[in-house]
Amino acid sequence: MGLFPSTKCLPPAISAPARTTSCSPPRRPCRTEGRGPARSALTFQQIRVHVAQHVGDPQLLAGTGATVDVQPGRLGEGGAQRRDGQGAWQRRGQATLRLLGQSAASRAPPPAPAGQPCASGGVHTRGRPPLLRGRCWSPPTSAGRTEPACPGEESNALGSRQAAMKDSLVLLGRVPAHPDSRCWFLAWNPAGTLLASCGGDRRVRIWGTEGDSWICKSVLSEGHQRTVRKVAWSPCGNYLASASFDATTCIWKKNQDDFECVTTLEGHENEVKSVAWAPSGNLLATCSRDKSVWVWEVDEEDEYECVSVLNSHTQDVKHVVWHPNQELLASASYDDTVKLYREEEDDWVCCATLEGHESTVWSLAFDPSGQRLASCSDDRTVRIWRQYPPGNEQGVACSGSDPSWKCICTLSGFHSRTIYDVAWCQLTGALATACGDDAIRVFEEDPSSDPQQPTFSLTAHLPQAHSQDVNCVAWNPKEPGLLASCSDDGEVAFWKYQRPEGL
Amino acid sequence: DEEFVGSRHRETRGHTKQRKLQQKCGDLIRTIRDPEKPNTLEELEVVTESCVEVQEINEEDYLVIIRFTPTVPHCSLATLIGLCLRVKLQRCLPFKHKLEIYISEGTHSTEEDINKQINDKERVAAAMENPNLREIVEQCVLEPD
Repeated sequence: MGLFPSTKCLPPAISAPARTTSCSPPRRPCRTEGRGPARSALTFQQIRVHVAQHVGDPQLLAGTGATVDVQPGRLGEGGAQRRDGQGAWQRRGQATLRLLGQSAASRAPPPAPAGQPCASGGVHTRGRPPLLRGRCWSPPTSAGRTEPACPGEESNALGSRQAAMKDSLVLLGRVPAHPDSRCWFLAWNPAGTLLASCGGDRRVRIWGTEGDSWICKSVLSEGHQRTVRKVAWSPCGNYLASASFDATTCIWKKNQDDFECVTTLEGHENEVKSVAWAPSGNLLATCSRDKSVWVWEVDEEDEYECVSVLNSHTQDVKHVVWHPNQELLASASYDDTVKLYREEEDDWVCCATLEGHESTVWSLAFDPSGQRLASCSDDRTVRIWRQYPPGNEQGVACSGSDPSWKCICTLSGFHSRTIYDVAWCQLTGALATACGDDAIRVFEEDPSSDPQQPTFSLTAHLPQAHSQDVNCVAWNPKEPGLLASCSDDGEVAFWKYQRPEGL
Repeated sequence: DEEFVGSRHRETRGHTKQRKLQQKCGDLIRTIRDPEKPNTLEELEVVTESCVEVQEINEEDYLVIIRFTPTVPHCSLATLIGLCLRVKLQRCLPFKHKLEIYISEGTHSTEEDINKQINDKERVAAAMENPNLREIVEQCVLEPD
């Protein structure tokens, strides 16, 4: 069996309907003492055959799909980056130049408090060296090494500020939601009484309160053959959708504490990365590494029909989210863009592309009014975008009847690693982020700032909120300040956020 | 001056610890087998002692950066090596760490594409759920008897 306990069993191939006990590699150091029986190793000839099958695929990291056909045509398909003859780094470099050019032209942003990075509208303002590199994907040089925000206490003022920011997030409790695995995502039900979590153990768990503690009320197993990446509640709260790396989306119907899988949506070619219900309750969106976004219609008899397949992105689509009150869909992608879609004459079309991020966009969140959209990225920034309808007061040009979207604020210098999730509280307007540096941060808009160029201040920063990457943050829809988070360490944590005095 | 000597000792201890961690990383990756050839990554000079960099993030937490040199221009093999490096270190490093893996600059035509893939943890997780890929990776990272 070798020295790695994980080699005892392999995950089932996608075609196998039988369920097996899940086994993901244990997250602990390998042991070198004690050996099990030797497993028959693949010969190098066999390995060469496997490898030859993959050689035609420039995007090797293929999750689903038991076999990979060698498709010579796909060799050229390295993504849009190569098609236009310009390297990706050149495009990103140009994006950086555009941003720097803007910062020169705009009016001076408000001065930052000593030692504290701040953000201002429309441009980058930083107290620290820029995190954006012309080449996002080259190894860091020792000179350009990015520093985490607020490293060490430089002065008493900074020290007490940091303490205040830690105190503004109080831990209410932790649960080992997906032990020996990672927890990928969380979703509160519309009533705010239940929290659904999903993870690498292929399960969805439903959590509710019992007195002061959070307990697991249901476990949804046997729905998926691989990691469950995201979950989403229907607006009525009676259904839960789960998106999985097994290329399917399950729809579960709630019957008191029981959940029953009523439909499985198939069609994506590989991992489904996200699922979202429209506020009307009649539409569902899914997206996948196959680069597409699918829109599904559901009728009164719980019948689902795919009404559109949108192929606008050039790479893996990571997240989809619906506008809070319009039938407008937004998607975030590995191709560094955000796209917006709406229905036009019985079909769905891409009506806007938001460019500016310099690496994968991981997540999106609309503000309570739906006028602004927050996006977070592997480039370690959060961007706020604003919708300008045709004929707007600010004189922002629009093409045809589609609104234009402009980036009105960028938060940079606050996060030291990839930002995996952003959540905009619908009750208070506070913005929370989940970061690969194990920290949770909360930002609030300065009440006196110009709506066209808002400034956001960091009001909470909790390093080591988890022992590993934070993957998701979710505000409770009914209780202001109640925040849930989850991590690669498999845990879910509950927090009470209160903006501290003086910040 | 006692304080001066004390701080010099602390600095040296810090560097010594970092050096030890660097060596630990090197020990773990040098025995990884190449996916195609019956040689280790060290034998093929895909990884060397100097390709590991360890930086302290804070007490007990380190950033580990690996820069490897693939032997062939094929994207998929380079990505596969990156995957093996990530899996081996993630499983076996006994200290808290963040991991970044890159192809050494200038050694591959599509290094940006590959670097982006192997540093995308969602893509890595999905890849390791593909039984074929997983089998290959497990063979490559298997500790020698």
